[in-house]
Amino acid sequence: MTIEQIYREESGRILATLIRLLGDFDLAEEAVQEAFSAALAQWPREGTPSNPRAWLVSAGRNKAVDLLRRRALLEDKRDQLARWIALAQQVADAPEDNMLKDDRLRLIFTCCHPALAREVQVPLTLRTLCGLSTEEIARAFLVPTSTMAQRLVRAKQKIRDAGIPYRVPDDDQLPERLETVLLVVYLVFNEGYNATAGDAVVRLELCGEAIRLGRLLHGLMPREPEAEALLALMLLHDSRRDARVTRSGEIVLLEEQDRGQWHAEQIEEGLQLVEDALTRGAKGAYALQAAIAALHAQAKSASETDWHQIAVLYELLLQIQPSPVVELNRAVAVAMSQGPAEGLQLLDAIEERRVLSGYYLLPAARADLLRRMERWEEAESVYQRALSLAGNGAERRFLERRVSEMRTQARAAENDR
Amino acid sequence: MQYLLLIYDKESDWGTLSEAQQSAMMKEYQDFTKSINESGHWRASSQLHPVSKATTVRIRDGKKMVTDGPFAETKEQLGGFYLVEAKDLDEAVALAARVPSARFGSIEVRPLVGRNRP
Repeated sequence: MTIEQIYREESGRILATLIRLLGDFDLAEEAVQEAFSAALAQWPREGTPSNPRAWLVSAGRNKAVDLLRRRALLEDKRDQLARWIALAQQVADAPEDNMLKDDRLRLIFTCCHPALAREVQVPLTLRTLCGLSTEEIARAFLVPTSTMAQRLVRAKQKIRDAGIPYRVPDDDQLPERLETVLLVVYLVFNEGYNATAGDAVVRLELCGEAIRLGRLLHGLMPREPEAEALLALMLLHDSRRDARVTRSGEIVLLEEQDRGQWHAEQIEEGLQLVEDALTRGAKGAYALQAAIAALHAQAKSASETDWHQIAVLYELLLQIQPSPVVELNRAVAVAMSQGPAEGLQLLDAIEERRVLSGYYLLPAARADLLRRMERWEEAESVYQRALSLAGNGAERRFLERRVSEMRTQARAAENDR
Repeated sequence: MQYLLLIYDKESDWGTLSEAQQSAMMKEYQDFTKSINESGHWRASSQLHPVSKATTVRIRDGKKMVTDGPFAETKEQLGGFYLVEAKDLDEAVALAARVPSARFGSIEVRPLVGRNRP
């Protein structure tokens, strides 16, 4: 393994431990950086140690003690001085096995603490648990780096000054707090999966990081069915990553995807997880979505999919998570199982309520049903409407292709008459 | 760490309560105060007179200005506070959730800038 790979794999774990020992995010980050600089200088000369993580944690600890002592020398306030010296001693005395404990679970609960704004929970998690740089995160969320840096600084200050604890919540608070943690992981995944704009490479990385976090949560809390369901959901969706866009970045709809390109091993893992989660009693939004994804994953083609069952699952999802987007998905499933006219009726109902009026997928779904009913001209004009609302380049190009197909079909139909 | 729990609610709501409801509320506050005193969290607390009794003081250009009323007109008013000792924000939030007014008003939890941080 190269140092770079080790950084990817281990820096989050090392940082989490140092944050626990030091009680200070910034100091811990500095110590991790210094530990890796020391590794870069030493390992090529002396060889990679047999247990790189232990080496790095211990180097980080020593660096932190140095940093604290140096800070203490510069400090002229007596109470601060005493604090640094005491902390340096405490960190220096930390027993080795205590140091190697996995602290990432505590860390994720801190980063997703409800006392922090949602808009910073996600970036803070990516920064501290996944080791993404502030620049990368800023790019993923389309904000200037300086803005993102400022958000992160404020969050870390609040953690320190408001005394946001660094521990896994007690049992009575766990369900509620775990919900926030799972939501943050889900948001990271969606940010990558449903790109509205932005850098494709970073986006792919976000999906990978979310799955890593999902694995971490499931690994550390194997008895939590909702965490297991979330991991299953992400694995099943992500298994389609190569089939859902072409090499040049064009969107391929589910029914047109080459299912041979789906990652079979990942599907296998996802299916086992979802089954296990459902057996354990998972019945939340992630479990239902994972069950839907599982039905897609098991179908040989779009037409052989159990759309009826999918429509039922969306119906259940709608009961626990009423949302027009879920309604839209249910309408599509109903259209596939009962016919486009039934689906169209449900879409009409959504449109009448004037929700989702700025959401391109609503007219896109409608146009798709009109297309299936061979109402080419209507379909074309509705695709046009979707086009006027679409955000990213790939979405726009897909809709433009559909518009021109509808024109061709309309002309052909004209000629037949 | 020390936290100030600031109790905000609608002063006008108090007047809509029956006498029995008011005394039940007072009793609840007394019980809460007693309980967090026994658990060692309590440092200080008091109910405040309504904002109609407030006076705001400012010095501008060296001139003292004294005005009637609170610093800002808000929908909910600061009606009282607790100063508590808690080991972290979670403990402080758990205490705040037990303040009787949390059920209809809002409790703002503010950490004190103290010298007693570890």
